[in-house]
Amino acid sequence: MPPFFAQVALGGLTLSPGQITVFLSVLLMVALLAYFYQRIRKDPGALFIRRIAGIDAIEEAVGRCTEMGRPILYVPGIEDMQDIQTIASMLILGKVAETAARYKTEIFVPCRIPFVMSVAEEMVRQGFYNAGVPEDHKPGNMSFISDEQFAYTAGVNGIMLRERPAANLLLGRFFAESLILSETGFEAKAIQVAGTAEVTQLPFFIAACDYTLIGEELFAASAYLSRDPKLLSNLKATDWYKMVCIAVMLLGSLLVTLDSIGWWDGAGAFRDWFLIQ
Amino acid sequence: MKKEIPLLIAFLLGTWMILENFLTGIPWVGPMKEVITNGGIVIMAFTYVLGIYSIVSVNVARIRRGQDVVPKVALLAALALMVALGFWRGHEEGTPFNWLYLNLYVPLQATMFSLLAFYIASAAFRAFRARSLEATLLLVCAILVMVGRIPVGEKIWASFPQVSDWIMNIPNLAGKRAIMIGAALGAISTGLRVILGLERSYLGGE
Repeated sequence: MPPFFAQVALGGLTLSPGQITVFLSVLLMVALLAYFYQRIRKDPGALFIRRIAGIDAIEEAVGRCTEMGRPILYVPGIEDMQDIQTIASMLILGKVAETAARYKTEIFVPCRIPFVMSVAEEMVRQGFYNAGVPEDHKPGNMSFISDEQFAYTAGVNGIMLRERPAANLLLGRFFAESLILSETGFEAKAIQVAGTAEVTQLPFFIAACDYTLIGEELFAASAYLSRDPKLLSNLKATDWYKMVCIAVMLLGSLLVTLDSIGWWDGAGAFRDWFLIQ
Repeated sequence: MKKEIPLLIAFLLGTWMILENFLTGIPWVGPMKEVITNGGIVIMAFTYVLGIYSIVSVNVARIRRGQDVVPKVALLAALALMVALGFWRGHEEGTPFNWLYLNLYVPLQATMFSLLAFYIASAAFRAFRARSLEATLLLVCAILVMVGRIPVGEKIWASFPQVSDWIMNIPNLAGKRAIMIGAALGAISTGLRVILGLERSYLGGE
């Protein structure tokens, strides 16, 4: 391993090779964000973002609710606000609430964590305000059900069957309740758009819902829905960062292969750069 | 200032949360981290008061409108009963609160969880219909994995468990890792978008 990567000591502060790699990765991401942000400011038309069927379906689902005169049910997952998937879900909720407000459609947001409920209420209030109809906002529709997983599930199922929403948007972090919720929604004949980065729950959503946002699509959704070039530049930065990751993985595979056939013995050192202790 | 101050708070706290991972050798970092984390816990504890207010106000409004009166009254009565029992005798083992929790609440939760078995069957029935090439592949893989994971599978053909393990450990794991890497990058980018102030929808847009 080159001496520089062994460790960096800065006045008593010691960084391990893994920490250096993580730190450099964060800096690389910030640099890519800054580059694409500047590029998009100079030429807003230079950005092509492919269509994502699941995110387009969110707008269709809101339209369907308007046509049928029935509400939207938005479930932001069962995790706390510290979870990045819940944060992503709240950002999407703001856009969905704005569209719902514009179409004069009611939106229900049952929450498992009171803190998430408070944030959800603010996001929906802001959505209605942005749409120019703050008087249509109903704070009572953002409710706390229970912080027990299956009590919450029972409560949300009850809303699905009593209120008969025409669209269920299940976006956030889910666990064992994912299939119970989505199957109940299927039986209630609602159009369902789900999204999570929880790999164990994705198969359930794919089986039971009409559209599923898989992993990173959940995080891209709020930027995509906003159509704001500044936010879309962020998606471009993520894609380029992904290309860097793919290149590193290919290089690592090559080095390990060379190591295994005895042509090069540096694969261990290369791997150590990515070990977080 | 209405936008600048929240943006500054988000930037400072967000940057701090990233940097504190790298500042483990500095003495004041640990206590500082604890203060911020405790602040978060205090805020979250207060939001439970809002949660109870939400439950009471939403359900009382429904009772007044005459909607689902019996379940709503039962819910509020149960809430009041559990709070009263908790204050009266605490929630340790042997208390009425604990007895109700273990003998009523836990079985009710288990009932909800057990519904999953039926939902898996109905969802699998829809997902495994061989309507396209992809659905047929899914069906074949699912059958191979299921047969390989049950004892009779090995009796039918000794290599079924290996085939099942290969599907789970090679193509399935590759797909899973791709999703996880993509999701991790998406999470980083969403976090930085909020920290750097690019995402301002929570402030009311432009």
